[in-house]
Amino acid sequence: MSATSYAGALRLALDHALRDDDDVFIYGQDVAGSFGGAFKITKGLSDRYGDRVINAPISEDAIAGMAIGAAMEGMRPVIEFQFADFATIAFNQLVNHAGTTYWRTGKPCPLTARLPVGGTPGGGPFHSQMAEAWLGHHPGMVVFAPATVDDAYCMLRQAIASNDPVIFCEHKYLYEQVRDDSFNPDLASALPAGEAAIRRHGRDCTVVAWSAMLYDALRAADVLAREHGIEIEVIDLRCLRPLPRDGVLGSVSRTGRLVVASEDFPFGGVAAELLALVAQHGFGLLDAPPVRVSSLDTPIPFHPSLWAAHRPQAADIVAAVIQTVRF
Amino acid sequence: MQAATSMDSTVTDLGHELRRTHLRAMLNGRLLEERLRSLYRQGLIHGGVYLGFGQEAFSAAGGCCLQKGDVFAPLIRDMAGRLAFGETVEEVLRTYLGKRSGAMRGRDGNIHRGSLEQGILPMISHLGAMLPTAAGILLARRLRGASGSVGLAAIGDGAMACGATHEALNAVAVHRLPLVVMVANNGYSYSSPNSCAFACDDLVQRAEGYGIPGHHCDATDPKAALATMAGAITAARETGQAQLVVGKLLRLCGHGEHDDGAYMDAAQREAARDCLSFGPEQAVADGILAAGEWDQWRQVITTTIDTALATVEAEPDAEPAQEDWQAWSESWPGLEAAP
Repeated sequence: MSATSYAGALRLALDHALRDDDDVFIYGQDVAGSFGGAFKITKGLSDRYGDRVINAPISEDAIAGMAIGAAMEGMRPVIEFQFADFATIAFNQLVNHAGTTYWRTGKPCPLTARLPVGGTPGGGPFHSQMAEAWLGHHPGMVVFAPATVDDAYCMLRQAIASNDPVIFCEHKYLYEQVRDDSFNPDLASALPAGEAAIRRHGRDCTVVAWSAMLYDALRAADVLAREHGIEIEVIDLRCLRPLPRDGVLGSVSRTGRLVVASEDFPFGGVAAELLALVAQHGFGLLDAPPVRVSSLDTPIPFHPSLWAAHRPQAADIVAAVIQTVRF
Repeated sequence: MQAATSMDSTVTDLGHELRRTHLRAMLNGRLLEERLRSLYRQGLIHGGVYLGFGQEAFSAAGGCCLQKGDVFAPLIRDMAGRLAFGETVEEVLRTYLGKRSGAMRGRDGNIHRGSLEQGILPMISHLGAMLPTAAGILLARRLRGASGSVGLAAIGDGAMACGATHEALNAVAVHRLPLVVMVANNGYSYSSPNSCAFACDDLVQRAEGYGIPGHHCDATDPKAALATMAGAITAARETGQAQLVVGKLLRLCGHGEHDDGAYMDAAQREAARDCLSFGPEQAVADGILAAGEWDQWRQVITTTIDTALATVEAEPDAEPAQEDWQAWSESWPGLEAAP
C-alpha cells in the first residue's frame, strides 16, 4: 500500500464525514464533477455523494453566507476557498457573522472553512498568504493548522464535528510533500483539538511552529543537534485559536528559552501572541528573551529566489536558537 | 432566459381578511415605533432607534404573506413585517430596553434582534450578508428533502450597491432557491439620494440580468404593495425560483432618530404619501374597513403596548455578573487556561 499524502488524508476525511453524516455537505468553487477542486481534494466525492457536493459561483461572500445559513439550520457545511487569500472576500461573513452567531443567539454555527494556505514557488502575493492571524483575531473563531497526515485526517473530522466555526488551514506545500506509509484512518488518533504536540524532545530551547514551518523546525533541530550540540524541543501548535497555552508554557518551563517560527508576516501575528503569552505568564521561566522568526515584512514575492529569501528557512531558526541559547 | 418583469402589478384577488391583517400590521408597526421614539427621547433606550415610517405598507405586506416555517431576514425598517410574521411586542421591547430576557440578552441590540426558532434572522449590520444566509437555510432544507418554505430578505436601495447582494442574487438564481428579495427604495441611502446609489432607471431592471422574475410597485399604496408581495411570494413558493421586488416609497423620517433628515428634498417630502393615512381611506372605500374601526384598532394596540411595556420594564436588565463571556459554544482545552 502506497503512503498516504496529506492531501489524500484530507480527501478521506471528507469522504468519511459525508459517509457518516447526511448533514455534511461540501460547497465551493469547482469542487464537484470530475474536476474535484483546484487541488483535487474533493475529487471523486460528487460521484459518491451527489447533491451534497455543490459547485458555487465565484462568490466567496455568498459561499460563506450560505454555509452560515445552513449551519444555523443544523447542517455541517464544509466550504472550500480555492486559496486562503480569496477568503478575504468572505472576511465579513466569517468573523462578523459566523464568529458572532453563538454569542449573539445562543445557537451554534457549525461550519468548516477549508483554506489552502502558505507559500509555494511562484505563488506570489495573492496565492501564498497565511490566514490565521486575521481570522483568529476575532472571538468565536477556531483555527486549525495541521502539519501531519494523521492530523490532516483527524483534525478535519474534528473540525466538521465541532459546533463552532472552524478555519481549517491546510498548507499547499504539504499536500503532496508530506506522506505517511503507516497512516490508517481506523487507527489514526489526534490529540484533542486545542492541544499542542511535542514533535521532538529537547532540553535547551523550545521552538514553536505550525503548518509547513514544523518541517523547517525539525530540519533546524537536526542541524542544531549535529553541528552545535543543541537539543531543541519542537512544539507543533496544531490549533492556533484557541491557543494551546499550557503546551507552550509547559515546554518553556523545561527549556527556559523560546523561539517561534512562523511563515506569516511579522506584525500582529500568532508568533507575537505566543511571545506575549510567555512574557506575561512565563516571564520567570525565561533565561533569555523570546525570539520570533517570521517572513519579511513585505507582500510575498513571485520569483522563487525572492520568495525563498522572504520566507523563513531552517537556517533562520538555527540562527535564532543559537542567539537565544548564547544570550 | 426566463426573466419576466411585471411592472406595476395589478391588484389581484386579495382576501378580505388578508387586507385587514395587513392594515392592522401596518398600524401595529407605526404605533410601536412611535412609542420607541418616545422612549428614545426619554433616554430609556440603549443604542440607536431606526424607524420604518413610510415603509409599513411594504414591510407588512412581506410579513403577512409569509407562512409559519418560512425564513425572514428583515432590515432596520421592518417593524411592521416582523410583527406580521409573529414577533410579539414584548420581544421587541425586551431588546430595546436591554433586558436579559430578550432574544439578544443585551449582547446585541434593537434592530439586530432575531430568533432562529421563529425564522427571523438576527441581522448583522452589513445587510447584504443576510441574503446568502437566508439562502443557505433554504439550501439546507432542500438537501434534507424539506420543501415548501420560502425565504424573504429585505434590503434597501443602499444595499443593492454592495457586493454581497450581487453575489447572493446570482447564487440564488443559479441554485434555484426560493428567496424573495424585497428592495425598499426609500429614496436615500442614509443621506445620499438615488442619483448617488445607482444609475439604472429602476432597480427592478436588475432582475433580468440575474435571470429571475422582477416585480415593482408603488409601496405607499397598501393594496398594491400587498398584491405585489403576495404575487412574488406565491411565485417563489410555487416555482422554487427567486424573485426580486422593488417597492418605491419615501422614508418619512431621518435615517435614525439621531438624524433629522434635513438633507432630504423638501418638496419631495411635502408631496409624499403616508401609507398609514392612505391605507385606511383606501380600505374604507373598498369596504374592507368599517368607519371608526381604525380608531378602535388604534386604542386596542395602544393598550397592548402599554401592557407589554409595563411587563417588560419590570424584567431584569443585562448585567456583567450574569454573563459567561464565552464566545465559543464548546469548551476548548485552550480556553480553560485563559486569564
